[in-house]
Amino acid sequence: MRDYVEQRMSSSIETLISREYQHGFVTDIESDTFPAGLSEEVVRAISAKKGEPAFMTEWRLKAYRRWLAMKEPHWPNVHYGPIDYQGISYYSAPKTKTPLGSIDDVDPELLKTYAKLGIPLYEQKMLAGVAVDAIFDSVSVGTTMREELSKYGIIFCSFGEAVREHPELVEKYLGSVVPYSDNFFAALNSAVFSDGSFVYVPKGVRCPVELSTYFRINSADTGQFERTLIVADEGAYVSYLEGCTAPKRDTNQLHAAVVELVALKGATIKYSTVQNWYAGDKDGVGGIYNFVTKRGKASENAKISWTQVETGSAITWKYPSVILQGDNSVGEFYSVAVVNNKQQADTGTKMIHIGKNTRSTIVSKGISAGEGNNSYRGRVQVLPKATGARNYTQCDSMLVGNRCGAHTFPYVEVGNNSAIVEHEASTSKIGEDQIFYLKQRGLSAEQAVSMIVSGFCKEVFKELPMEFALEAQALLGITLEGSVG
Amino acid sequence: MSTSVVADGPVESYVAAFDQLTSDASTPSWVQSMRRAAFERFASLGFPTTKNEDWHFTSVAPIADQEFVLLASKSGDVRREELEPFTFGARWDTMVFVNGRFAPELADCAKLPAGVKVWDLASAWTKAPSVVDMIGKIASYDNASFTALNTAFMHDGAVIQIAKDTQLDRPIHVLYVTDATAAKGMMHPRNLIVIGRNSKATVIESYVSTTNAMYLTNTVTEVSVAEGATLNHFTMQREAERSFHVGTVEVAQARDSHYVSFSLATGAALSRSNIYTTLDGEGSGATLNGLYMIEGEQHSDHQTQVIHSQPNTFSRELYKGVLDGRSHGVFNGKVYVHPIAQKTDGKQTNKTLLLSDTAQVDTKPQLEIFADDVKCTHGATIGQIDATALFYLKSRGIENGLARRLLTYAFAADVLETIEVDEIRQSLERMSLERFV
Repeated sequence: MRDYVEQRMSSSIETLISREYQHGFVTDIESDTFPAGLSEEVVRAISAKKGEPAFMTEWRLKAYRRWLAMKEPHWPNVHYGPIDYQGISYYSAPKTKTPLGSIDDVDPELLKTYAKLGIPLYEQKMLAGVAVDAIFDSVSVGTTMREELSKYGIIFCSFGEAVREHPELVEKYLGSVVPYSDNFFAALNSAVFSDGSFVYVPKGVRCPVELSTYFRINSADTGQFERTLIVADEGAYVSYLEGCTAPKRDTNQLHAAVVELVALKGATIKYSTVQNWYAGDKDGVGGIYNFVTKRGKASENAKISWTQVETGSAITWKYPSVILQGDNSVGEFYSVAVVNNKQQADTGTKMIHIGKNTRSTIVSKGISAGEGNNSYRGRVQVLPKATGARNYTQCDSMLVGNRCGAHTFPYVEVGNNSAIVEHEASTSKIGEDQIFYLKQRGLSAEQAVSMIVSGFCKEVFKELPMEFALEAQALLGITLEGSVG
Repeated sequence: MSTSVVADGPVESYVAAFDQLTSDASTPSWVQSMRRAAFERFASLGFPTTKNEDWHFTSVAPIADQEFVLLASKSGDVRREELEPFTFGARWDTMVFVNGRFAPELADCAKLPAGVKVWDLASAWTKAPSVVDMIGKIASYDNASFTALNTAFMHDGAVIQIAKDTQLDRPIHVLYVTDATAAKGMMHPRNLIVIGRNSKATVIESYVSTTNAMYLTNTVTEVSVAEGATLNHFTMQREAERSFHVGTVEVAQARDSHYVSFSLATGAALSRSNIYTTLDGEGSGATLNGLYMIEGEQHSDHQTQVIHSQPNTFSRELYKGVLDGRSHGVFNGKVYVHPIAQKTDGKQTNKTLLLSDTAQVDTKPQLEIFADDVKCTHGATIGQIDATALFYLKSRGIENGLARRLLTYAFAADVLETIEVDEIRQSLERMSLERFV
């Protein structure tokens, strides 16, 4: 009987695991693309193309020169072939005829692409008050609800626009959390970033809507170098959503984004990500390399909360971090990372307690299926002056199938005796008893697994805004449902 | 004899010592060639830096910067009564080594129980060639500088063989003691413990000093636990306060064997303990417990590694640290589960109590799992003495100092309770109550 059940289960795993990537299509739009290669000229050309002020060009060049002196890091627990940085085109903008006056002027091809992805801008506009700044390849093509937001003094625009229209804010905060010299990929991003999002919420303002941006990689062989900067002034509140899908490609695409969050006194920033980039086929061919630097700096009484659902990319390598600089600041990290087939993920967080009475919470759920390898890597650091610091870390791994791997590398460094730090981790296979119970109640194997995994990830999903929580559940369903161990 | 090794920096000072040692012809040629290979490996590895992930939190610069003299021949003058404080008040079969060399006049191992054989390594090369044949087969020096260094300089140590189906009712104590003549010297004791099928034994390794000299002890112990056998293994590091201690234990476990380790560290300015075991037989298990209590400027690093390479294996780990003054404690526990090691059951816990606001702790409990049907957990906590518990005791009329010591003792108690040897448990319970007066 049991053999029979297992056989049934494993055949449904096969069908579900081998399911094709549903968002794999290529929109045929003529792109204004630079030839491959990177040099000072390319950096200058990107800057010129975007009409940037001198300080930006200089900053990019400094980053480029620094990058030249740096070596690509290989310490993460992921494996990939050498990346040819001269084989990547560093700029790609969709061609548009005239500057966009309104959303109706957007290239209909583009709008169709979004429709396929299930984010029609019109609907988005009406739906639940979500303002969308959609990014197609590297240039922002449409922004909604701008006017409403500007009534509150909130600036929500593409990075390029921010550089032109609010250079004083950009100059003040750009690189203040992730300096251009931070690491190899951050330096590369600083030199060549094409666009991204910029948010500024003024003092005491609570942003009335969830801000959202869709990133999407389209042109072949175009690395995407997004730059996001979110500044919440004293006492402000903002919740930002980032979601990603990408079309099917055979060559690996490098994505090296930088996200900087600045939460001033008493401000709160909530940053949520659902990442579902193309992960390569079942043999591990193709797929996105997602090497991202995300970090926030929290001043006194401020709070920064990261929530991520990582289901895509061939390789995910990122550690959204919080520098708890001000007294009583709070950092949170909620993560679900799923790997299937030959996907690899090395992700986690860093919580650096500098201020007094700083608190951080880490909840990480890793799910490994197929031949995927999932690593949690985290660092909790309590500096000697961080009196009364408190950290709670929980990282759980679930294994589905017997060819996958789950790894945990937590670093806890405490230099203050009043700190209380707790770390808990567990690894186990998906419960056969639970599957049996649910099947016996009439659910199919895949429904049962979907339900168990949803339950496993619940603590994280409840941190997501509702629209995202639904999308995240659906993504998990696609990636995993039925992959019984 | 000279070597072809070209080394620079701190390694250079070891070349002369090595040349001096290799002129000793009493060891068999295979040992000589192993030493040479190990020395070349050490020369190319050099001392680990903090860039080496395994040494991330421990800088060995204080060791690398010293020029130690190899304690090649017998030295020291230790009298029997000076050993009293280190014998746990018990009369066990004891092998004594003074400054790294066997001291038969102090030893107490003439009447051993049936099935037990012991040798000092220097004579075992010729007296027990089939036993020492195992040396170098369990502890690998390929990526371990200190094991390479030990292998290059190995000369003396304890060799213990327990025959099959032997149940020992009293422990065997291997006592390494240094005195003032060890100052600026280095020792590389090499031990081998072989437990036969279905046997049960307790072996205590102690590293102690009658002085406060500065010296280096770099010890390697290889352990083989055969089918169905159990070894209770204690490594008690109570070295002189200015000394350096690096201790490595590597264990190979067969089917249904059980290796139980207890590691204590209270001494040395800089100490490092590596306990590595491979569960290479179905049904085998390892219990690794430890306690470190340090103060002042002491630095104590504990590494454990359990490799689950066969199905149905288990591991249990509990390490507790008490840090006072400006001391620095490090714990790194690794659990690897190989793809075929289904039904692995692993549990690892590290708890640290910080008594001062200048003590520092770094902990890294690490899991690497490649099988799916497993149950592995780890946990780490760091905290200070519970203010409410302290208040409660004080409200009952117990003065602050004693209340803190009681709570420190209580913190250590659950790992001490696991010790089956009464004399050791009682002695450590007293120590945990009195250490931080």
